[in-house]
Amino acid sequence: MMVLAMKHNIRPLYFLPYVLWIVLFVILPILLIVYYSFFNIEGEFSFENYRKFFTPVYLKMALSSFWYAFLITVFSLVIAYPTAFLLTKTKHKQLWLLLIILPMWINLLLKAYAFLGIFGTYGTANRLLEAIGVGATQILFTDFSFVFVSVYIFIPFMILPIFNALEKLNPTFVDAARDLGASSWVTFRRVIFPLTIGGVKSGCQAVFIPALSLFMITRLIAGNRVITLGTAIEQHFLVTQNWGMGATIAVFLIIAMAIIMFATGNRK
Amino acid sequence: MKKKWKLSNIYLVVVFFILYSPIFYLVYYSFNSGGTMHHFEGFTLEWYKEVFRDVRLLIIVLNTVVIALLSAAISTVIGVFGALAIYFVKTRRWKNTLLSLNNVLLVSPDVIIGASLLILFTIVGIKLGFVSVLLSHIAFSVPIVVLMVLPKLQEMSPTLIDAARDLGASQWNVLSKVVIPYITPGIFAGFFMALTYSLDDFAVTFFVTGNGFTTLSVEIYSMARQGISLSINALSTLIFLFTILLVIGYYFVTLKNNRPGRLGGRR
Repeated sequence: MMVLAMKHNIRPLYFLPYVLWIVLFVILPILLIVYYSFFNIEGEFSFENYRKFFTPVYLKMALSSFWYAFLITVFSLVIAYPTAFLLTKTKHKQLWLLLIILPMWINLLLKAYAFLGIFGTYGTANRLLEAIGVGATQILFTDFSFVFVSVYIFIPFMILPIFNALEKLNPTFVDAARDLGASSWVTFRRVIFPLTIGGVKSGCQAVFIPALSLFMITRLIAGNRVITLGTAIEQHFLVTQNWGMGATIAVFLIIAMAIIMFATGNRK
Repeated sequence: MKKKWKLSNIYLVVVFFILYSPIFYLVYYSFNSGGTMHHFEGFTLEWYKEVFRDVRLLIIVLNTVVIALLSAAISTVIGVFGALAIYFVKTRRWKNTLLSLNNVLLVSPDVIIGASLLILFTIVGIKLGFVSVLLSHIAFSVPIVVLMVLPKLQEMSPTLIDAARDLGASQWNVLSKVVIPYITPGIFAGFFMALTYSLDDFAVTFFVTGNGFTTLSVEIYSMARQGISLSINALSTLIFLFTILLVIGYYFVTLKNNRPGRLGGRR
């Protein structure tokens, strides 16, 4: 084979920069994280960090982080699926899709910042509440604002894979189901949803993992009320300078991530 | 049927409204002379003037653009090599291993990338600043370039390479005259994605930037932590316009390259 002959001279050239990148920026950093997790704040080798992680303080934090990530994922899915479904039915779907994607390209910080204004004490949301007679409340720095803003930010990431899955769906299956007398709900539940579950899974993956590790939204919108795994890592690395503990939390985050990827992975 | 169609349209309109209203909210108040984000007093361009007068901010914008262009260019080169490497590996197992390693940084949360690179740079002794930020942006942009280029390579018929070889082309010629021209749309897409990744990144940069060096996102974060200032709004508006231009540009580039396939008739 020709390609085989090519292999011998040119191949090392392709490999060198890329393999160097893999070793330096993929493998080495992970090893370093694991290595650092075995050092306590004084720089001595110990399992102290792991012991500390299993105390109620950290376990509670991890649990609440998972809970918030779960909520964010569920809300995103509930809003995104119908949106993606309806988008596939529109006339100029590529244009509409582009409009959905466009906000993804706008810096996350700017979107979070906009909500500082909208949810503020005198912001639009409160004026709306006043107008319908509920009266102004504290919206910013609550769990609600955190979940809302996170869902807002992640929705396009959920819509996109579901939209793609729906596009790949062979429409004759739907027609067949309808011809065989299935109602629209049954068609959806028994045909459309099972066939697009791959997109749902990748969407959940694309939302859940980042939601676990968010840290700037917790700072700006939740005012440190919500502490996610990401916030804790940032805190340990950049504020208290306890890299060992930060690395330990990072190890658990990596493990959680691997489990989620395995659970939502598409079997081939 | 008619009624249902209407209901679905309302749903879409609501979703689009929610998606876009915060952005337009920001833009609207960037013209507010009142100085707050809740009471519009009068029209002013004062905040834009302030942005353009702020030399420090302009330097930060310049830094951000330089980092984005450099990291996108370098990671495109590495990424194209990477895609070629993955393409030419014949063993299935190695191919999958390379692909999984490639995707590690794509799925890793930003905090983990940031924290691990911070450890790396500290151990190796790279001073936190321009170099560390540039290196980390290259690090997380490479995999996306690989993913944009690889499908183009796989779509290319291997007989093209065989034909070129039979006609006496050297390996370099095969690469530069056959393979690279074929995958150029993928390379452009990869470069563009790397560019947006870099411009958009906040978390990783936040970890690896030292005291002296900042990019726009980190600067906006520290400004926003101090509360509302309408010059952030003005800046956001400018960034928003720039983003739209970029997206439109990208749209036309891909439209031109993909004329026969992809965008149009997919059923």
